[in-house]
Amino acid sequence: MNGTPWWRDRRVLPWLLQAAVGLAVLVLVALLMTNLVRNLSAAGLLLSWRWLGQPAGFDLSETLLPFDASMPYGRALLAGLLNTLRVIVIALLGSSLLGALVGMAAFSRNGLLRGLARVYVEVVRNVPLLLQLLFWYFLVFLALPDGRAALQLPGLVLAKSGLYLAGFAGGSWQGPQLLNGSWQAPLQLSVEFGALLTGLITYIGAFIAEVVRGGIASVPRGQWEAAGSLGLHGVATLRHIVVPQALRVIVPGLTNQYISLAKASSLALACGFTDLYSVAETTLNQTGRAVEVVLVLLAAYLAIDLLISAAMNGLNRLVQVRER
Amino acid sequence: MGTPSFAAKRLPVAALLPLKRLRAQLAPTVADGLLSLGLLALIAWAAVQLFGWAIGRADWAVLQLNSMLLLVGRYPLAEQWRLWLLGGLLAAQAGLSWGLLRAWPRADRREQGQLWPRHDRIAVVVIILLALLLPAGLRLAGPLQGRWGLLAAVLLALRWAAGRWAADHWGGRLHRRGLKLLGLLWPLLYLLGFWLIGGGLGLAAVAPGDWGGLLLTVVMASFAMALSFPLGVLLALGRRSSLPVLRWGSVAYIEFIRGAPLITLLFIGQNILGFLLPAGMSPDRVWRAAWVLTLFAAAYLAEAVRSGLAAVPRGQLEAARSLGLNQAQALVTVVIPQALRVALPTMVGQFIALVQDTTLLSLIGLLDLLGMARGIMANPEFLGHSSELYLVLAVLYWSCCAALGLGSRALERRLDPRNLAGSP
Repeated sequence: MNGTPWWRDRRVLPWLLQAAVGLAVLVLVALLMTNLVRNLSAAGLLLSWRWLGQPAGFDLSETLLPFDASMPYGRALLAGLLNTLRVIVIALLGSSLLGALVGMAAFSRNGLLRGLARVYVEVVRNVPLLLQLLFWYFLVFLALPDGRAALQLPGLVLAKSGLYLAGFAGGSWQGPQLLNGSWQAPLQLSVEFGALLTGLITYIGAFIAEVVRGGIASVPRGQWEAAGSLGLHGVATLRHIVVPQALRVIVPGLTNQYISLAKASSLALACGFTDLYSVAETTLNQTGRAVEVVLVLLAAYLAIDLLISAAMNGLNRLVQVRER
Repeated sequence: MGTPSFAAKRLPVAALLPLKRLRAQLAPTVADGLLSLGLLALIAWAAVQLFGWAIGRADWAVLQLNSMLLLVGRYPLAEQWRLWLLGGLLAAQAGLSWGLLRAWPRADRREQGQLWPRHDRIAVVVIILLALLLPAGLRLAGPLQGRWGLLAAVLLALRWAAGRWAADHWGGRLHRRGLKLLGLLWPLLYLLGFWLIGGGLGLAAVAPGDWGGLLLTVVMASFAMALSFPLGVLLALGRRSSLPVLRWGSVAYIEFIRGAPLITLLFIGQNILGFLLPAGMSPDRVWRAAWVLTLFAAAYLAEAVRSGLAAVPRGQLEAARSLGLNQAQALVTVVIPQALRVALPTMVGQFIALVQDTTLLSLIGLLDLLGMARGIMANPEFLGHSSELYLVLAVLYWSCCAALGLGSRALERRLDPRNLAGSP
């Protein structure tokens, strides 16, 4: 007992280690913070939020909130946040739908369909998202013809000037119409928004397809066969037997994909869409308030992540097996 | 869609005639047959369009004129011999490793004792095509074509020589020593590479701001991979530690990084790091971005390693401790190797994501492969030829990522305990 020196004593060692690590971290943080305060005060940029109320002086191309250049930075950031949320919500729905379809196609009887699903997933997952976004924006959406030559589908017109969707206007259903050489429709989206959505949906959709495929594959084959021998047909087997069991595996994987979708939406900058990050960058360039802008960004994305996590955890509780 | 079923697997498909087999795959029912026809028409249409474009309308001069720009960016012309030398050394080292490792007999391989197994023959054909036909097809300048050919020749010659040597000495002391030397040579070559690229110590210095294109992408990705790996393992151990300070510190770090998009972290690196460090101590923009990538990747890697650590039964650590190993020895020699084997697929997945994430550097104004390509597209001389560049970039990134995935699956097979019996 007396032979052990105190620095090798198992009761002392863990505390010593923790104290050393804690001290090192504290010293590092203290050093960085002193530097930060010293450098910021030298540059006259000490933490202040008064600039949020100053007029922004730049315009945003499309917003849910009415916005013009005379409105303050705070409102610009809020408009950017709303744009980010709009992209996330629509892309989340779209990529879930696409992912579910492609994930199920992996179990089709049709060999060609299975093969195509595989090729889609392998191609999309191995090419950087940024490259795909640039492709959709510059090579697809900006190359669309305009005016009469625009791509016309029932209820939907794709033109270089924007995307036009049918919808309710003035109490009646209206499709896109060509008036004096420019398209008019109840629902209009910019090509920037369209390119961002398409890119995000196809990219995240491929990852979700893998999650869905894994989930369905985790349901034992006996479950399908048992359902068949009970006389259930295809759709009923899926709805009552397979999906409820597959969801237990799928939902946790989906949570990860939704959070990575939220973070990936910050690449909107690449296709010219004014999301939160792009507004924040413009704000920084004009005000030089780097620290405050970063704090806003980090807080916003953290809040979005937490929101998605909370919602998905709720969903997860619903689909898990309830034991007695 | 339709009814997911396992019918295709249940049929004794292999026993059927080719035509019947095709029918079972494409048209098990009438509806499926119609669907297949539609899909086939779609595929054929797309193939015809793509082929027509690649042969007719595409103008590959944009690649011919910019091949070095895409490869190394604005690296000074007078110093580019250093990069070719590095390329030669890499080719030699790769050939050496390839030759020595392929002579390693394993339980999972049927073609033992062959100098060129089937996969290697395919690889040789691909290398020859890439190194000889591609530069010739693009009509690159004569010296450039010659250099590419030389690189391929060095690679294949050393593969052949090392393979012969390893076959003669297989399992002997010399072979084992050769393998050990190989493991040592790679890190040495990596450091040598940084010296050749960056200069100093007798070579003219080339500032990181002048590195670009594929060179910058590879430097960034490899640097971040190499450093984030030990950091990630430490963070994962910290997160599973019973000591509260280590555990909560690791958790805070990992969750902070994972909660923010990479672009905001790069933004912090470019705009705030300068304020955090004493005046004049802030590194170059390129290195700032490299460190941000490393710290970012470490958090994700830590989560992958943590799942691996969770898969190692507690009894392994206890058994190691009861054999007299101390905590550190038990972790390093018993727990971590097993954890890494389990975590390998997830870790490689993170590395693939890291390679893709290097494209974000172009958003903060660095000229990586994508940034360089965007610079070329902005040049009015090449207006309207961005499709060619996007296609080449997509193929390049796809090959890198797919190769990592393939390598990971091969390594998984090799590290499978059932296949380890025959290793020296």
